[in-house]
Amino acid sequence: MSSETPVLDQDGMQRALTRVAHEVVEQNPDAEIALVGVQRRGAVLARRIHPLLEELHGREIPIGDVDISLYRDDVASRPAAPVVHATHLDFPVAGKTVVIVDDVLYTGRTVRAAIDAVFAFGRPAQIKLAVLCDRGHRELPIRPDHVGKNIPTAHDDRVNVSVVEIDGNDSVVIASR
Amino acid sequence: MKDLISIDQLGRAGIERILARANEVSQVASREVQKVPALRGRLVANLFYEASTRTTSSFELAAKRLSADVITLRASGSSVEKGESLKDTITTLSAYSPAAIVLRHPCAGAAALVAGWTDAAVINAGDGAHAHPTQALLDVHTLVNRIGDLTGKRIWIVGDIAHSRVARSSAVAFGLMGARVTLCGPPTLLPPGIGAALGCETSTSLERLGEADVVYGLRMQLERMEGVAIPSLREYSSYYMIDSGRLSSNQLVMHPGPVNRGVEISGAVVDGPHSLISEQVASGVAIRMAVLFELLAGGDVSKQHHETVMA
Amino acid sequence: MSIAMNWVGGEPICALITGARCIDPRTGLDQLADVLVVDSCIAEVGAVGSLTAPSEASIINAEGLIVMPAFTDPHVHLRTPGQEHKESLATGTRSAAAGGYCQLLAMPNTTPPIDSPEILRGVFSRLAEEAVIPVGQLACITRGMEGSQLTEMGLMAEIGVAGFTDDGLPVTDAGVLRRAMAYQRLHGLPIALHEEDPSLSAGAPLNEGQISAKRGLRGSPGIAESTMIERDCAIAELESAQIHVQHLSAARSVDAIARAKQSGVSVTAEASPHHLLLTEAACDTLDTRAKMNPPLRFEEDRLALIAGLRDGTIDCVATDHAPHSKDEKSEPFEIAPFGTTGLETAFAVLNQELVGNRDLDLSTLIERMTSGCVPFGLEPPMIKQGEPANLVVFDPEESWIAGEDGWESRSENCCFTGRSIKGRVVMTIASGVLVHRSGRLSGGEQL
Repeated sequence: MSSETPVLDQDGMQRALTRVAHEVVEQNPDAEIALVGVQRRGAVLARRIHPLLEELHGREIPIGDVDISLYRDDVASRPAAPVVHATHLDFPVAGKTVVIVDDVLYTGRTVRAAIDAVFAFGRPAQIKLAVLCDRGHRELPIRPDHVGKNIPTAHDDRVNVSVVEIDGNDSVVIASR
Repeated sequence: MKDLISIDQLGRAGIERILARANEVSQVASREVQKVPALRGRLVANLFYEASTRTTSSFELAAKRLSADVITLRASGSSVEKGESLKDTITTLSAYSPAAIVLRHPCAGAAALVAGWTDAAVINAGDGAHAHPTQALLDVHTLVNRIGDLTGKRIWIVGDIAHSRVARSSAVAFGLMGARVTLCGPPTLLPPGIGAALGCETSTSLERLGEADVVYGLRMQLERMEGVAIPSLREYSSYYMIDSGRLSSNQLVMHPGPVNRGVEISGAVVDGPHSLISEQVASGVAIRMAVLFELLAGGDVSKQHHETVMA
Repeated sequence: MSIAMNWVGGEPICALITGARCIDPRTGLDQLADVLVVDSCIAEVGAVGSLTAPSEASIINAEGLIVMPAFTDPHVHLRTPGQEHKESLATGTRSAAAGGYCQLLAMPNTTPPIDSPEILRGVFSRLAEEAVIPVGQLACITRGMEGSQLTEMGLMAEIGVAGFTDDGLPVTDAGVLRRAMAYQRLHGLPIALHEEDPSLSAGAPLNEGQISAKRGLRGSPGIAESTMIERDCAIAELESAQIHVQHLSAARSVDAIARAKQSGVSVTAEASPHHLLLTEAACDTLDTRAKMNPPLRFEEDRLALIAGLRDGTIDCVATDHAPHSKDEKSEPFEIAPFGTTGLETAFAVLNQELVGNRDLDLSTLIERMTSGCVPFGLEPPMIKQGEPANLVVFDPEESWIAGEDGWESRSENCCFTGRSIKGRVVMTIASGVLVHRSGRLSGGEQL
């Protein structure tokens, strides 16, 4: 039997993202911030917080997104070749404080792949990690800098993030088995 | 899909899938680090029984951009006739556990045979005059990127049809994408039954070349042609050379290379604004990356417990 | 001078085969009958239950089965000397016995070719040690099959060669062939011809058609065969020679033979089960078992061959049994050698496809299957009192899948592998000796 527990609704998600945006600016006041979303929902979330971030930071913040399919560490063990989405990084990353944005932080493998992907475009000054949800169960020594909401989960739970732009609604739900 | 043997196996949907993938992976070349770790630690073995600098280096570069290890084995033509059999060579090569074998062989059907002898993904990089599917994919990729949908477009493939695996693969691929293909060449280089076999029209004259949206010239094998299939290259050129006098300004020109300037195609046309020849070369690496990724990423069911780990 | 038929021989059986449908096109026999075999000969043929068997005779209950004169094949490759990895004289003749054959003629394109009396004697002695049915041997027309110098035809005729052929290769030089035909007046033995104009067929592993076009392979057109047949029939006419044309594959070839026969040329011709039943479509996947020379051609060629077999333009069926090792046939299509095995399947597939589809009546098929050695001056087997006991017992109901239980042949390159066949040879008697018997046949267990 599986059950679904709502964690964030539309308002909750908005509040969490707003808090993250504030944190990013507060903790990096003098940095040349650049925003990089992880395809696909991380990229959507990055675009959501981008205007607020520019407003708070008081200057232009370049934004891009990366697809990590070609950087995964499990390419050989998946049943079929993954769909590779476009990567858009049309600004120089060298010297920037690159904030990687993703929806859920779990094992840390996606973030590791995203860091590799960013490095393929140059050498940033710093890389920071902002996530909507941290559900724990890390397999790599990776820690988020900015978290919208911490969600305790069991290993075999699924955390489903929906965004209006892709899924038609905003919500975060834990599906337990 | 374990292997890529001929273009027919892909169908239109398969071709489009690989073209889309090629568009994404081609971005890698524009990054500061022109390399992604997708195939790290896996071996791609190029086994070439015929010399082809262009195709080997294109496959090598594609594999390296995906971080695969690459070995290239070149067997001389004579060792095909005598000495180690193809099967023994494959058995030996299999000891290195390659993830993919890229095979160029003078015999039709060689890649299909090899696919039955090895667990590695087999990519046909040319089997005799039969098939060269990655060439066909890069041709379609180049053309679609330039003119979009090929439905209803008329494509003339001109030259030595008889000995051309490029003609056999690309004609089929263009056809699958909705184009209408005409095969044109001297009667001695246009085998009986080829039109019906490939679903194309045939012509021995360039008279109606004006109807073509795209003119695809084939390389003449100079050394084996003269005095045999054609009386002379001079006579061939006078009837079949693609030059600006025979082309109108809205016709595009393609050629698989290497070009014999002034034989099958004039230098001015090769270098002219309607030539897609250098785009074809550039597409080659992206298409081969896409094919390697398509065949080598995924498929190992025994390791699927990793799959859920990466959310 | 007589033809040497060499084999191991054996203890003749004494047996009464009872209750079978007995068919012999030459004697007009087609009825339920008993056949008594004593002392290597057919002692008596009579109504069921009418014959008195000697007390020592085995009784073979053949109700529901068909008894025919055993088959003869004028064209097999037994690979001795030098190519025993493909076939031995023992495995080749066991393969023939399993297909219902009582006599074979073997081709001389061995390693070395059988082109001298010394090599021929060597083969004769090997046959006497290994062959389970009688085998006659052809020798080369030209030394080393090189197409230029004639072999010592007279000396080889004296020790019992069955005829001459460079099979596997054509005699391209018309002058050489003309001299061979003229020389025939000295020895009187037929010349068997593999007809192919290499200037039209060079480098072609298959028929010229859609499959060759699609695969980018050179194709050999039917006229590569028929034009050579026309040339050689003209030479034979000029020299009043007797020739036998091997393995027809093209409709035009059938026409050429028919015309030559009409104008009085002493020519006979054979066709193979694969050319009678398959077309170039069998090469579509580049299955090397379907690579043979001459190649499988078009449906219209196949139908012309059947018509020729029916009306007698084609005198006999020949398997062109051509075993090759698995390694050799695992090479790519262009490199793999030409040829298919065929002895074990020939009658069964032809009966199923040609008789079953009413392209040929059973009696005509039996006549063509038993006539193979006739062009070489041998008497065909008959079911008749006093004739040598050369008999085949066929179960028309047994269903089997070709190759599923393996083969008697040392090689497995049969183009009919995997085909479901109804009807199978269950017993073969060659010169009174039981040379093949399937476990399914009841009665006569002591044999």
